[in-house]
Amino acid sequence: MSATGIGAAVRRKEDFRFITGQGQYTDDVVRPGETRAVFVRSPHAHANIKSIDVSAAKAMPGVIDVLTGAQLATDKIGNLICGWMIHSKDGTPMKMAPHPALAASKVNCVGDAVAVVIAETVGQGKDAAEKVKVEYEVLSAVVDPAKAQAKGAPQIHPDIANNTIYQWHLGDAKATEAAFANAKHVTKLDIVNNRLVPNAMEPRAALAEYDAGTDNLTLWNTSQNPHVARLVIAAFVGMAPEHKLRVIAPDVGGGFGSKIFIYPEEVVCLWAARKLRRPVKWTSDRSEAFLTDAHGRDHITHAELALDGNGKILALRAKTIANLGAYMSTFSSSVPTYLYATLLSGQYDIPQIYCEVDAVYTNTAPVDAYRGAGRPEATFVVERLVEVAARQLNLEPAELRRRNFVKSFPHQTPVIMAYDAGDYNASMKKAMEMADVKGFAKRKREAARHGKLRGLGFSAYIEACGIAPSQAVGSLGAGVGLWESAEVRVNPTGSVEVLTGCHAHGQGHETTFAQLVSERLGIPFDSVSIVHGDTDKVQFGMGTYGSRSGAVGMSAIVKALDKIEAKAKKVAAFMLEAAEGDIEFKDGKFTVAGTDKSAAFGEVALNAYIAHKFTGAELEPGLKETSFYDPTNFTFPAGCHICEIEIDIETGKSEIVNWTAVDDFGTVINPMIVEGQVHGGIAQGVGQALMEGAVYSAEGQLVSGSFMDYTMPRAHDLPSFHVGLTETKAPSNPLGIKGCGEAGAIASPAAVINAITDAIGTEELAMPATANAVWAALQRATPRQAA
Amino acid sequence: MYNFTFHRPTTVRQAAGLLARNPDAKLLAGGHSLIPVMKQRLASPAALVDLGLVEGIVGVELKGRSVSIGAMTRHADVANSPVLKEVMPALASVPGSIGDPQVRNRGTIGGSIANNDPNADYPAACLGLGATIITNKRRIAADDFFTGMFSTALEEGEIIVRVSFPVAKKAGYEKFKHPASGFALVGVFVSKRGPDIRVAVTGAGANGVFRVPSFEEALKKRFSPKSIEGLTIPASGMNADIHASAEYRAHLVGVLARRALVKATA
Amino acid sequence: MPAVSMTVNGKAVSGDVEARTLLVQFLRENLRLTGTHVGCDTSQCGACVIHVDGIAAKSCTLLALQCEGAKITTIEGLAAADGPLHPMQEAFREHHGLQCGYCTPGMIMSALDIVRRRGNDLDEHTIREQLDGNICRCTGYHNIVKAIAAGAKEMGKGGTTQQAAE
Repeated sequence: MSATGIGAAVRRKEDFRFITGQGQYTDDVVRPGETRAVFVRSPHAHANIKSIDVSAAKAMPGVIDVLTGAQLATDKIGNLICGWMIHSKDGTPMKMAPHPALAASKVNCVGDAVAVVIAETVGQGKDAAEKVKVEYEVLSAVVDPAKAQAKGAPQIHPDIANNTIYQWHLGDAKATEAAFANAKHVTKLDIVNNRLVPNAMEPRAALAEYDAGTDNLTLWNTSQNPHVARLVIAAFVGMAPEHKLRVIAPDVGGGFGSKIFIYPEEVVCLWAARKLRRPVKWTSDRSEAFLTDAHGRDHITHAELALDGNGKILALRAKTIANLGAYMSTFSSSVPTYLYATLLSGQYDIPQIYCEVDAVYTNTAPVDAYRGAGRPEATFVVERLVEVAARQLNLEPAELRRRNFVKSFPHQTPVIMAYDAGDYNASMKKAMEMADVKGFAKRKREAARHGKLRGLGFSAYIEACGIAPSQAVGSLGAGVGLWESAEVRVNPTGSVEVLTGCHAHGQGHETTFAQLVSERLGIPFDSVSIVHGDTDKVQFGMGTYGSRSGAVGMSAIVKALDKIEAKAKKVAAFMLEAAEGDIEFKDGKFTVAGTDKSAAFGEVALNAYIAHKFTGAELEPGLKETSFYDPTNFTFPAGCHICEIEIDIETGKSEIVNWTAVDDFGTVINPMIVEGQVHGGIAQGVGQALMEGAVYSAEGQLVSGSFMDYTMPRAHDLPSFHVGLTETKAPSNPLGIKGCGEAGAIASPAAVINAITDAIGTEELAMPATANAVWAALQRATPRQAA
Repeated sequence: MYNFTFHRPTTVRQAAGLLARNPDAKLLAGGHSLIPVMKQRLASPAALVDLGLVEGIVGVELKGRSVSIGAMTRHADVANSPVLKEVMPALASVPGSIGDPQVRNRGTIGGSIANNDPNADYPAACLGLGATIITNKRRIAADDFFTGMFSTALEEGEIIVRVSFPVAKKAGYEKFKHPASGFALVGVFVSKRGPDIRVAVTGAGANGVFRVPSFEEALKKRFSPKSIEGLTIPASGMNADIHASAEYRAHLVGVLARRALVKATA
Repeated sequence: MPAVSMTVNGKAVSGDVEARTLLVQFLRENLRLTGTHVGCDTSQCGACVIHVDGIAAKSCTLLALQCEGAKITTIEGLAAADGPLHPMQEAFREHHGLQCGYCTPGMIMSALDIVRRRGNDLDEHTIREQLDGNICRCTGYHNIVKAIAAGAKEMGKGGTTQQAAE
């Protein structure tokens, strides 16, 4: 392994600008004549708009204009869409209600934008926004998805009965039913997967500029996928044709899914910038972000696991209600369906699985993909069921898992996925050793002497990443293909730019992608630049989410590098006056087999451009290749996390005393970055399990609407993590990469809750397991444990 | 935030004069409660009178059997005061637990007490030690000062100048942090100074900081955690929110009082 | 509009601002020092931490006018333009103490304040407790904690030891 090649913990190229304060995030970009947008938002969760009077606001100092939804409609700006079609079990298509960027007649959640003030400064904009008079007819609201389906619930969108978007299912209901009928033991759980607010540290922002001379629009945007944003804004919103719209996603301060989606604010900024002939910038306040960023999770599930007398799992069934909020966000429909139910087999050989999912509108912020997206919900169902079943059957949780692990590959689950490689016992075994599971009983006794309860929780998760084979997702309803593109541009001096359709917002692509290119071409790491995040530079791409950039994005680079090598060999053949078939390429050098004739990569690059050694008829000059890589399967990262927790009996406060993660991500390009991804994912999962929860009042007000009430994990809430790796290569891509971005968030909630319930001796514990919640659970538990 | 006029007096007298001339003015001390509220447009003073340059209201001094703390003394400076750490570390631990380090670098005792946030730490220390709040006009006993959430005995134009804490031989503060905000979900300050025994609770009560007579009575026999074992306070009148039920807060009052007593009697 | 002047990163600066202008707005908008970030509106996240007269503060909770005459240091002022990185900056890079980079300037400025108060030999528990005012959503803090411990130690070696005030 070279110091900068695949497998090396190379320090990141991108860090210099960030540690010196020279990052360029959207809000840092300033355009001449820039104005500021301030949105007027509904304070009500559900109301008809009777009238909007903007006259007083327009007269305020510094105000350029105040625009409303009525004008948006007049200008024929289209609605936002959800791009994944789900059909109900009766064959009817999902019911997608219109989502205008500015509500004109009705608001459906607190924070719904009804008007926008364009002013010289944010302060002036805010002063004026208060002067916009909106007359509302307040309607009763519903925030609980189960209640939203009930008779007599407030009707959120016209003609959508019971506020139900779809009633979907997957698996064989009858066969599952039969398996349950034959079971010796059935474990049942009612689970709420709590609603989360993504809270990337950089709030969303958009800056739009219109060039009247060329009729071109440019949007700087906090986006994980600028090309998808351009496609949706062009083709569905109808703002401008694709070739007249440039989307730039510069440095982006974290995404976690929340910056995949196309939001009203960027549409409004583009529209206003063209209308007013001035650049328009909007930067979200954190309070605004709480109300308007797409939230995550929010499932209510009843789940059951059927086992025989030997602890062999026979079947699993689940009925889930998924809260999608007031509108269907960009990919929201896919999250509780194909990203969720397809993973309900976990790491286990489960003969029958049946899952039903109802997706429901409520008067809350839209819900969409958040780190893990569907897979954390599935893992929580499976790993809680398995853990509880083991406890009920008096089996070691590890033993029950071992008995049921998938052991041979490929393995077709009953829920679409075909697992292609893995060694689940290897991860669990290593994790158990690292976590010193053998010594746990002793540690538990010691803790008890200090008035503390100790618990141990496992989570053996699996995820489907490398999203995704286009044909497969197309057959499941996706509106787009999920391949990735790469363009490798070799300069005459031998340095290389790689244009990728992936987008980095913390993942370190500028480093890992360069490691791949540097190793493959045998050129210095510093001679490689990675270009991303600008639709004028990169032709097309699908962006970064779903742990796809390694498995799909880097595979596209590999394919393009294959083409570069092939063409360079042709050039080298002319240079070295040899047959193309005799040219070999290794360590940055082209040689003629069996001779000492050679040319360095840089020399070949120069010759490709000066083209002195060949004619255009023989070979086109230049050295630049493009590839579109479409994966043949999902990848299946898997592993085992073990959480050891200590609980203060008197206060119910939990402290994670040890965390072990052993993951199989296939090939690892940069272990330092991979471990960092695991750490961050665990923190988010621990956040979900112990402290985070978006809470709405019955009237639809977001009670946890700031960092004063929504508990973010802080340094002192977490331990240092013990992270290990096992490796089975992903057979479906040339590098054998499985992906690592979401694993921590997927694995960890179940590990935490399994640990706490182990400690307190009751399974009745919802997330977030706050100190109050654990204390209350202890009060309900046996008197022996309740202090 | 709404705009305002900004004044920087250098004496308490000037500050008082500015308050008198600007009826909608507010005093700006550390600003770590006021500025966030103004940013949310929940407060809209027409003028701010910044006490940052006012002389003579900063510092921690031992005066006889009392510790006197200037109103503009930052939390970090109180927490790290060598004098205070020596004579009454329990009081030093109170600002040491407020907010986070950056907040402690700016926030002041006067600002905290004048604001009387129901989850703030200092009110528990004031009430739990029987402090005297000294203003430009008078001296107010802590027992009379805190009159309900965000409400105090301060009158228009009255400026806190110093706070005087009697030195208690035995004192302790125990806080259960609000997991999100860092304020006190519940905080209990206990002290014993001769026959004067005090148990003051912040964070828990719907009306702000309060004393617990039943605990104080029980502690008169013996100032020890054992004396209040098994004692609780009723959940009625406790705050309830998404972070803690009234029952849980009431329970924590007992737990934290015992833990504070462990510290106080260590 | 009132005038304000202060020293930022060793340079005298001044400007006319509305009284309601926050220090962070003055730094970002008037001086175009955009390394200082805004991540919340409740003084919680610490993305905006800078030093006022050598002491860490949240620039989102200070009025520019309160800083009249003060010496402000921002992330841009830690290392000279063509000089070496500050040891704490270097430690964040070496230990992968950042991912998206948004919280990083505030983290580094807070880390320096921890060193000021607690010295160069910092244990994990101290660092975690003292990072209470800074939120990171990417790293799980693991590598930030490592970076701060290493950076603090390096500052001690390099003679940039600062007297621990606490």
